[in-house]
Amino acid sequence: MNQNPTWKYLLLLAVCVISMVYAVPNLYPSNPALQITLVDTNETFTGSEVENITKSLNDADIAIKKVETLDNELMVHFADTSAQFAAVDPVKATLGKRYTVALNLAPTTPSWLAGFGAEPMYLGLDLRGGVHFLMEVDMDEAIDKAVERYKEGFKVQLREENIKYLGVTREADNSLTIKFKDQATLDAGLKELNTQYLNQLEFTQVDVEKGTALKAEITVDNLAGVKKLALQQNITTLRNRVNEIGVSEPIIQQQGLERIVVQLPGVQDPTEAKKILGATATLEFRLVDEDNNAFDAEANKRVPIGDVLYKERDGNPILLKRQVMLTGDFITDASATFDQNQQPAVSITLDGKGARMFERATGANVQKLMGVVFIENKTEISRDADGEIVKNTVKKQEVINVARIQEQLSSNFQITGLDSAKEASSLALLLRAGALAAPIYIVEERTIGPSLGADNINDGFNSVIYGFIAVLIFMLVYYRTFGIVANLALTLNLVVIVAVLSLLQATLTLPGIAGIVLTVGMAVDANVLIYERIKEEMRDGTAPQSAIYAGYEKAFSTITDANITTFIAAIVLYGMGTGPIKGFAITLAIGILSSMFTAIFGTRVLINLIYGKRRVEKLNIG
Amino acid sequence: MFLKKHINFMAKRKIAIVFSAFLILVSLGSLLTRGLNLGVDFTGGTVIQVAYPKAADITNIRDTLTKAGFDAAVQPFGTAQDVLIRLPEQEGTNKVAEVSVNVLEALRAVEPNVEMRRVESVGPQIGDELRDQGGIAMLLALAGILIYIALRFELRFSVGSIIALVHDVIVTIGFFSITGIEFDLTILAAVLAIIGYSLNDTIVVFDRIRENFLKLRKVNTEESIDTSINETLSRTLVTSLTTLIVVISLFIFGGEIIHGFSIAMLVGIVIGTYSSIYVASSSLLVMGVTREALLPPAKDDEIDEELDAIP
Repeated sequence: MNQNPTWKYLLLLAVCVISMVYAVPNLYPSNPALQITLVDTNETFTGSEVENITKSLNDADIAIKKVETLDNELMVHFADTSAQFAAVDPVKATLGKRYTVALNLAPTTPSWLAGFGAEPMYLGLDLRGGVHFLMEVDMDEAIDKAVERYKEGFKVQLREENIKYLGVTREADNSLTIKFKDQATLDAGLKELNTQYLNQLEFTQVDVEKGTALKAEITVDNLAGVKKLALQQNITTLRNRVNEIGVSEPIIQQQGLERIVVQLPGVQDPTEAKKILGATATLEFRLVDEDNNAFDAEANKRVPIGDVLYKERDGNPILLKRQVMLTGDFITDASATFDQNQQPAVSITLDGKGARMFERATGANVQKLMGVVFIENKTEISRDADGEIVKNTVKKQEVINVARIQEQLSSNFQITGLDSAKEASSLALLLRAGALAAPIYIVEERTIGPSLGADNINDGFNSVIYGFIAVLIFMLVYYRTFGIVANLALTLNLVVIVAVLSLLQATLTLPGIAGIVLTVGMAVDANVLIYERIKEEMRDGTAPQSAIYAGYEKAFSTITDANITTFIAAIVLYGMGTGPIKGFAITLAIGILSSMFTAIFGTRVLINLIYGKRRVEKLNIG
Repeated sequence: MFLKKHINFMAKRKIAIVFSAFLILVSLGSLLTRGLNLGVDFTGGTVIQVAYPKAADITNIRDTLTKAGFDAAVQPFGTAQDVLIRLPEQEGTNKVAEVSVNVLEALRAVEPNVEMRRVESVGPQIGDELRDQGGIAMLLALAGILIYIALRFELRFSVGSIIALVHDVIVTIGFFSITGIEFDLTILAAVLAIIGYSLNDTIVVFDRIRENFLKLRKVNTEESIDTSINETLSRTLVTSLTTLIVVISLFIFGGEIIHGFSIAMLVGIVIGTYSSIYVASSSLLVMGVTREALLPPAKDDEIDEELDAIP
């Protein structure tokens, strides 16, 4: 009775060793660092970077801890975050535009450990500092854009096929009505439109005054598709923009059907990030209507057909043609620069399709005036009188520049009329990163400053250590030899939790640490149950060896039942939780599972090792 | 170390029922009249924690913000340098993104070295959703547990444990209502953890009750339950103690942000321990659980054996 087969020793030993290896990297604290990569991944480092960085930081009196040269990046380590932040500007200035400089936390795992793929736990934003945004995509606007696309598409297609339609109008319910003069043209039109839009739109015939019409509605599937596309395009754009800001290890993820989570570790001041991420600025190029007077149109509130009334930056009205010559979508590169008069400007490069469109449009209109419209969406959220949430999207559109087309323009050109160099550079960034498919706005912000992050780690670490030590002392005093065994199991349990969290690269948050602390308290429960049972058996006169055996056997189902119910609570928490709460749920769940192993299996092996294979008169169980 | 003599828990159950009823009534009364001091997670709005290089002048900060057009509540937070600023949900523009920026700008105009420690800004729709989700999560957890226990034990045990859980949740939340301590997401997490913990306790007692029903045939239900509680008592107390030890460690060392969480856990553990002894087991008696209810298949076997034994 109470002997261990060899495999049990081996299994316990294996778990000990493996979890040690994966837990140990957490003992090497990460350094605040700057991560330097090349903007163009095809280029390689010249070799002089390290020297330049060292020199510039020496000049700025900033101490470097070490410089690490990795495959495609340089990692400059610092002693603290203030040195790290101070170093950003000098390093950027030295290296220039070919490099991306990002704030990072560099692990200092020794290479022999890193060889096993062992890495420290991934720290959540509340522990490392950074910003978390939850952004909502304005789906009404996405649908609106889709309907507009269909409307323009119908016109082009019917015109190309020479099918005479009387007009395409948009209804309030986002359907489109295409009017035809008779049944024959309607049939021809329907056949034609169905070739293109069969699964996207549903066409029904409706009667209208003078003639007949087709009503086109977006199908339910397609509507979901439109939303999904808008979300995905926005995620791509956000990713591009985040890359432009220079953040390492950003998280940009879909959440639900209409929201995107953006987490930027290390970002200290969210102001700039907010502007860049949420901005919906783009450009449109339109011809100026030189035949009509914009002031008259504004005064009489009568805009000539085919025109749109805009304002220039100085407040003067201007009439532009409704037809757009070019949109920002075709821009592949943009950079801030200055024109020949030293005014801020943005130099723009178009892709092939855009270049052809623009060539055609400008070539046909040389010597005419062209306006550049700067478009920015702002969403306002408020509650109405009933407490319901209402959203209003305010579209700010202004003409930043009007110039005579001197010659045919192609893939490269400049625009001017910007207020400042800063505006030029942020417009250039937005144009480079691409426009958002639909406006997004921030519905939740959580920012943790770097100093608070460091405090949180400290506090969390202390509470785990002190709580842990107190429990160890209590168990030792109360259960003597058995207490020591339980304490070994508890220690192993802690190591296993840390190892599993590191292996999964699950995010450790402050509530996550609370989960670990709680697990420490509750993990001993299994041992308490077993030990109390053993004591009971001995009180009933059972011999020590049999009491140990019975204690473990009888307590097992109780422990399982009790742990499964806590596990259910952890799963529910995980399911409903947002970031930090999820962290709590994960550590709780991992803790329950690993405590089942260490407190039942692990202690049994040790107890058998101590008491097995011999006559025992008395157990040292307190 | 702990009591080894037999205590007649069930004999005093009337007192316990009155005590629990009192706790529940006070909690519900406070919840209905005072409600909860919900944090920005649930109401929407903004919390900004800033650190001043020297001891912060709260009145001055309040004036600065009022002048800048903010309806802000300003209070010290932990240390003399740290200040917590609360702003209600802002109407009008896309404030979630802008409010923290504007507040910091206003503060830095007076003291340029203000350090931003933390911003939590939650839009109205998120607050509403979290509130709904929180309620749903609690119900889901209860439902999952109800089903599990009904499968493992019997429906009346399941109901008994749920009564104990609802008791614990109401009293814990009631505690937050009475004290006016802010109720935020981490506290909701604590309440869910308490559900898990209190249940853990209850299950251990129930497990023993089931075992004793089978073992102690000549004893009535009330005595069986009493014996079970007594037998598991030292375990209940030891585990509660170790858990209390770590939660106290969290409370003392875990920092301001985790304070509410540890308070909730402290209250929950104490209440949970009490309820698994009194509330859960008393409800079993009230619902008339008997040993027969637990073992219909075993009963058939016994009859067969007895029949076989007759020559």
